[in-house]
Amino acid sequence: MSILVDKDTTFIIQGITGREAVTMARECLDYGAKLLGGVTPGRKGREVHGLPVEDTVRAFTDRTRVDAAVVSVPPAGAADAVFEAIDAGIPLIVCVTERIPRKQVAQFVEYAAQKGTRIIGPNCLGVISPGKTRVGGIGGAAESTRRAFMPGRIGVMSRSGGMTVEIANSLSEAGLGVSTAVSIGGDAIIGSTYAELMPLFDADPQTEGIAIYSEPGGRAEYELADYMARSGSKKPIVAFMAGRFMDEMPGMRFGHAGTIVEGRADTTASKIANLTAAGIIVAEKIGDIPRLLSERLGK
Amino acid sequence: MRFYEFESKQILAKAGIPLPKSHFCKTPDQAAAAAFEVGGPVVIKSQVLSGGRMKAGGVKFADSPGEAAEHARAILALPISNLMPVGVLVEEKRAVAQEYYAAVTWDGRAKKAVIIFSDMGGIDIEEVAEKHPEHLSRTHFSANRPFSDYIAKTAVAGVGVTGNDLTALTRIVGGLARVFLDRDMTLAEINPIGKLDDGSIIALDAHMDIESEAARNHLALLKELGVGPEEKRQARPPTQFEIDAEQVDSADPRGVAGNLTEFDGNLGLIIGAGGGSLTLFDAVRAAGGKPANYCEIGGNPSVSKAANLTKLICRQPGVEKIAVMMNVVSNTRVDIVARGVVKGCIEAGFDPAEKIAIFRIPGSWEDEGFAILKKYGVPYVDRSVSMDEAARLAVENTKKKA
Repeated sequence: MSILVDKDTTFIIQGITGREAVTMARECLDYGAKLLGGVTPGRKGREVHGLPVEDTVRAFTDRTRVDAAVVSVPPAGAADAVFEAIDAGIPLIVCVTERIPRKQVAQFVEYAAQKGTRIIGPNCLGVISPGKTRVGGIGGAAESTRRAFMPGRIGVMSRSGGMTVEIANSLSEAGLGVSTAVSIGGDAIIGSTYAELMPLFDADPQTEGIAIYSEPGGRAEYELADYMARSGSKKPIVAFMAGRFMDEMPGMRFGHAGTIVEGRADTTASKIANLTAAGIIVAEKIGDIPRLLSERLGK
Repeated sequence: MRFYEFESKQILAKAGIPLPKSHFCKTPDQAAAAAFEVGGPVVIKSQVLSGGRMKAGGVKFADSPGEAAEHARAILALPISNLMPVGVLVEEKRAVAQEYYAAVTWDGRAKKAVIIFSDMGGIDIEEVAEKHPEHLSRTHFSANRPFSDYIAKTAVAGVGVTGNDLTALTRIVGGLARVFLDRDMTLAEINPIGKLDDGSIIALDAHMDIESEAARNHLALLKELGVGPEEKRQARPPTQFEIDAEQVDSADPRGVAGNLTEFDGNLGLIIGAGGGSLTLFDAVRAAGGKPANYCEIGGNPSVSKAANLTKLICRQPGVEKIAVMMNVVSNTRVDIVARGVVKGCIEAGFDPAEKIAIFRIPGSWEDEGFAILKKYGVPYVDRSVSMDEAARLAVENTKKKA
């Protein structure tokens, strides 16, 4: 099993005629994903890799089942695209667009919650269940994706798209492999946080342990620690906190939009203490993640 | 992008929030004229993007225009947290009976906007939250509806304020929340809000931050405030090294090779991308290395862009070696980065085999990339070597040379 997506997941790409989206579509098709086509207003009738382009999301949902939409639309139109997908009844929206102002993110995330729509991102690379499907550009070309993401036992959640691939690769090299990896996005407000995805991993029999990549800024790690205390979740979690140097530089922005130390609780030191208290193993080095998980899994 | 106090107050004034009389001044003479115009005792405040102005000597009181000029002269010459003020604010001094705190910001956990209100204004709000939680209210609200004043009222009443004060504070906090939403801010704070001896309530100091991603939607406001389109307003002014790197990045739209921050070490870093840079910078420090810079490369920069950044970093005084490291890449081509850094080293007058302490970028087109590195004798490792191990090798290699 996997979470969020499986081998039968059908999806469209909004903004499919954009340069990066055309590449993403190629990579998804090569991986065997069930991409149906995409939407670019005014481009109805065109094709991308032989797949149809429509003016509206409804043009797809009116005639077929669409399980997910990838939003790859420039920042000025991204929120509009997400609203369109929500109103068309698509249950999973992966928003890869960067630099969407957080007011707009808060607006579509709140609306999605009311409609029961799951949002991943924004500012993410997407979701992959190795050997089954991938929704988004995560992993790049199909061949390199297969190399970095071997099917396996570990769920991955990461605020950084690139580090999702790095961690998955190390798990694959170590023979542990990946059940589902989710690039959750690096912004201050995101659709799905660690704590919100944990119940899915907890319920997934394929997932035996979880690897998490995190950064300074925000309070998502506290929410995760609260979830662990509340749920009695038993699966081992190994977390890695990057950006320790930023504790000495409050107010400076490095990395992602959400990565800025604005208060005491935003620092890595404070987050590490909190995660450790919740029974989560915090890796000192990024390269230690596979070993720490292997030790906990005892196999 | 952060606003100075005098700019934040102009925004508040436009929203109808009551303020003390004040004038922004750039010279001691202007400060004297402003003090005369205000009449009576004044406070002279450094206009600098830093907290702790009072402690640093950036806030002084004067009873006459002459005294105001004297203080303005001292404050204008006083750096705070390494930042020079852009001017001083000369403001009427009011006797304050009670101070309040109000801020509107985003709560990433609730995924909503939140009003934070306290009747213990003027001091560190995190301390109030820890030690006096009953004096602080948090009131979340939706950005999907026009702001309703009852939300501000709930925030103010949440710490037990009632009567005329509740009405006056609701108006101020509601105005602040509307400004926050209308102007795409990440923070809108008034601290303190002062209740004066005559019972009136005014905003005494303000701090606002407009989201960089949304600044393009507020160009008219920025123009009105006199904010230039290129102003970044980081926590400290950019160094020449950082400005040069910004130019390398903006000169070529392909990929990212910039976001550089200068440090005073001997190991130049060419690292990426967002998360990878944070991880690698930590790893270099944990291995005892001293980075000369932070930076981010990614999104497949061109050969010339990677070369120009490399050249810039190699030529920095004090940089002994450079380390080129990234997480496993999918979109960025290893061979293009390899070609770029080798070219940059040579153009800067160095032997890549000597200057590059380590190259660790595994991923797409790595075989082609590794072939280039081999040809030039550059030490490299593949994906079987972790990012922290690569950082350790870079530090070790740099020490060997020194």
